[in-house]
Amino acid sequence: MEFQFQFDWQAAINAIPYLAKGIPYTLMISFGGLAIGFVLGILFGLLSINKNWFLRWPAITYIEIFRGTPILVQVLFIFYGLPDLVGRPIDPLTAGIAAIALNSGAYISEVVRGGVQSIDKGQSEAGLSLGLSRSQTFWSITWPQAFRRMIPPLGNQGIVSIKDTSLFSVIGVGELVRQGQVYIANTFTAFEVYFVVALMYLAITLTLSLLLRLLECRGVASI
Amino acid sequence: MTQIVKMKGMNKYFGKLHVLKNIDLTVEQGEVVVIIGASGSGKSTLIRCVNGLEEYESGTLEVDSHRLAPKAGNQKTLADIRKEVGMVFQQFNLFPHLTVKNNIMLAPMKVKNASQVVANATAERLLDRVGIGNQADKYPSQLSGGQQQRVAIARALAMEPRLMLFDEPTSALDPEMIGEVLDVMRELAKEGMTMMVVTHEMGFAREVADRVIYIHEGQIVEEGNPADVFDNPQNERTQAFLSRVLAH
Repeated sequence: MEFQFQFDWQAAINAIPYLAKGIPYTLMISFGGLAIGFVLGILFGLLSINKNWFLRWPAITYIEIFRGTPILVQVLFIFYGLPDLVGRPIDPLTAGIAAIALNSGAYISEVVRGGVQSIDKGQSEAGLSLGLSRSQTFWSITWPQAFRRMIPPLGNQGIVSIKDTSLFSVIGVGELVRQGQVYIANTFTAFEVYFVVALMYLAITLTLSLLLRLLECRGVASI
Repeated sequence: MTQIVKMKGMNKYFGKLHVLKNIDLTVEQGEVVVIIGASGSGKSTLIRCVNGLEEYESGTLEVDSHRLAPKAGNQKTLADIRKEVGMVFQQFNLFPHLTVKNNIMLAPMKVKNASQVVANATAERLLDRVGIGNQADKYPSQLSGGQQQRVAIARALAMEPRLMLFDEPTSALDPEMIGEVLDVMRELAKEGMTMMVVTHEMGFAREVADRVIYIHEGQIVEEGNPADVFDNPQNERTQAFLSRVLAH
């Protein structure tokens, strides 16, 4: 028997409109989750380097738990497990956003910690010696410099989280992979469809990379 | 005469290391006190205690009649002291994300609520005074070391301090830039600024200091006017130190 595979361009093109319906969900989950994760990351990142042990240990516990367990387990736990606790179902979109938020928040906490700790102690000493309060010194001297150093690892985390949303097909959110699976079930064109799905992820992540590079260049220019 | 700094029986430890031993020292208004000593002798730690960048463990410290208690001290007192005490660091510690002018305007605007216009005028005046009025809109990294240190001096002066602390201000500079920084400090001294200077520039100490203090292993072992200390040191430690640094 002779077997010859031919990439079916028509099938790939036909799949685009259906697959594209997944893009808003992918974007909503990743960027919604990342926005909350960013806030969590700043909060817990700063708490994790606080002098006060009672503020520090809950932050470190949170970071270690969400960095140390798979995001797939986290989202399954939120979607299937948590409803037992709260007594009502959690919709897949909310579960997905929550999982990205909590997971990226833990990684971003570490990015924040690293960024802040990388700033020379002389900077805050100069601020304090000028009479600035601790918080003035932090927010007008240490933080702006730390934030600039955080941009590349933040971009990295953004890209990781966007790709992580592909796992959420398991809870039935109509994101890119889920749309692909449903489409393939009807057309049996797995090669073409996953190829297009991959390209769509690449388009999103490359756009983000490009934006971050622009942001980075602007930051570097003024140092 | 008003005493700006009054230390009595001050002790400071880094863990088990006893870095300042029973320090008694007063600095009068308008006086220039130069502190010399080998590295690790505690001279930097001594002036860092004055504005509370280092805590001390026992004794008393009064800065411009604000009494700063041992250990953490009172935050309000600390803030009051730091408003009146300027500091210049060995590594300049300019803020790299701000322009030269904004480095100088930051503290007056944040701490004294000076308006943009007033802070701007102050910055321009001070930059002219330290001889770099034409560099106001550059970033620190675009300046030479000597220029950066002069900006750092201007930045401290913008808060109109009653006392200036200099922590080895020329030690990180290329030799040809040391002179321009010392010139600015000499001018300041001439205008009557109270100064505590930690330095290895013995020529500057001899010329500008009203009093020279030699610290050895956390103790003040010799103190006097520069001519006496340099030409006729009494303590053998001072003699040994000076013969090492003045020999070449």
